[in-house]
Amino acid sequence: MTEANKFVDIRHAQKSYGELEVLKDISLSVDRGEIVAIIGPSGSGKSTLLRAINDLDPLTGGEVWLDGVQINKDLPYRQYEKHINAMRQQVGMVFQHFNLFPHLSVRDNVTMAPKMLKGISDAEANALAEEQLKHVGMLERIDYFPSQLSGGQKQRVAIARALAMKPKLMLFDEATSALDPELVEEVNLVMKRLAEEHMTMIIVTHEMDFAASVCDRVIFMDKGVVVEEGPPSVVFQNPTEERTREFLRKHLSQYAEGAK
Amino acid sequence: MGLDFSVVPGYLDTILIGVLWTIAITVCSAILSFFGGILFAVTALYAPWILRLPVRFFAWLFMGTPLLLQLFLIYFGLVELGIDLPAFVAGVIGLGLHFAVYNSELIQTAILAVDKGQMEAARTLGCSRGQALRKVVIPQAVRDVIPPIGNNMIALLKDSALVSVIGVSELTLSSQLAIGRTYRPFEFYAVAALFYYIVNLGMEAVLRKIERKTALSR
Ligand SMILES: Nc1ncnc2c1ncn2[C@@H]1O[C@H](COP(=O)(O)OP(=O)(O)OP(=O)(O)O)[C@@H](O)[C@H]1O
Ligand SMILES: [Mg+2]
Repeated sequence: MTEANKFVDIRHAQKSYGELEVLKDISLSVDRGEIVAIIGPSGSGKSTLLRAINDLDPLTGGEVWLDGVQINKDLPYRQYEKHINAMRQQVGMVFQHFNLFPHLSVRDNVTMAPKMLKGISDAEANALAEEQLKHVGMLERIDYFPSQLSGGQKQRVAIARALAMKPKLMLFDEATSALDPELVEEVNLVMKRLAEEHMTMIIVTHEMDFAASVCDRVIFMDKGVVVEEGPPSVVFQNPTEERTREFLRKHLSQYAEGAK
Repeated sequence: MGLDFSVVPGYLDTILIGVLWTIAITVCSAILSFFGGILFAVTALYAPWILRLPVRFFAWLFMGTPLLLQLFLIYFGLVELGIDLPAFVAGVIGLGLHFAVYNSELIQTAILAVDKGQMEAARTLGCSRGQALRKVVIPQAVRDVIPPIGNNMIALLKDSALVSVIGVSELTLSSQLAIGRTYRPFEFYAVAALFYYIVNLGMEAVLRKIERKTALSR
């Protein structure tokens, strides 16, 4: 495979906060339509890596490419702003704490960015909002405000908001960890649906079951490096690295205790 | 001689016209102070120093000196520079800018207090920083300071009496006019106080309505 064929391509990503090196020379790529889970202990750099992809936390070294275009290009400020705004329109992101706009209705949360950035008409925006909200099962709440929704509903709206920009790639940073256990499944179902539609997704998660059932590949990170990666069957059942085994032992035993 | 309110009805039209002027100057100044406050806040926080410094200077000037002096400066002082403003306009500018500075302080604090995730979410969708501020951060900041801005607007109503000194015949000046004719200061000042109180109640009702309307958007 040539360089140009890699859909998402992270090359020698390095990130330091002062003395603290959070990402240590990480290289990885993701194919179009592939669904990748990133797992690892707290503080291992998962969020930092994910947020580097759309340059929310800029890298201190290395490159990120999407579909043949470098995202973190070195450009003069104004040009860079134009470039990054155009790139970010192609990358949807879903946060742990939803970050819905509380002063806007569900409809306006979904249509705000497309209206402003793509100049679509009100009628088109409404059709778009209805389409995207239907997709996540939130159409009947279109005129509600975020304060009137449960956590699971908020997260589904946040996904619809991201999808309304018609992104090529979706990034999820622990989309379900702030939810009550009984609300996790409705969000997982939406993500599974996206997987079936072959959306390219990079999913930071603590839910091993979800990663195993939905993702094509699992990446285990620890202390700023990729320790191990491979299909879920291999990483979860036959990990080669001791650090992976230790992490899974803790995590799966926690899971087992919780299930009792 | 005791109090005699029977002189009041004869001057009620004068007083009511004064009330209307008071409302007009309060509403115009309130609008100027609201949008001016947002503009000053955004400038103070985000503009390059070439804009930021003059705004800081004006803020310092308007907070550090008496409103009365500011009104004199705008109405009488600017004439020397060839700017001869009608008293009403000078009054609105003086009151409006004075309270814009106070509103700006509130709005700046509120902008900085908006959850960082809001800006991030907007930027992630592809919005520029300016777009994110305009559509996401500033509306939330303004919503959060509606109650204290409301208090400023009530203070503005009361301070609008000061524009009587530059000759706007609002409620206070109209009352003085009636007093000049009748020599009945207590009666007319009491009536003026009553009307200020009524306008005040009206403003509070409007504020409560705005607060209720924005309650869902929290
Ligand atoms: N703004 C920052 N300044 C300094 N250090 C930071 C900053 N943001 C993150 N870090 C550090 O970087 C490291 C990686 O953080 P990151 O949030 O990427 O971890 P994570 O794998 O997502 O953890 P978690 O599972 O808890 O979300 C941590 O040690 C964290 O303390
Ligand atoms: Mg994290």
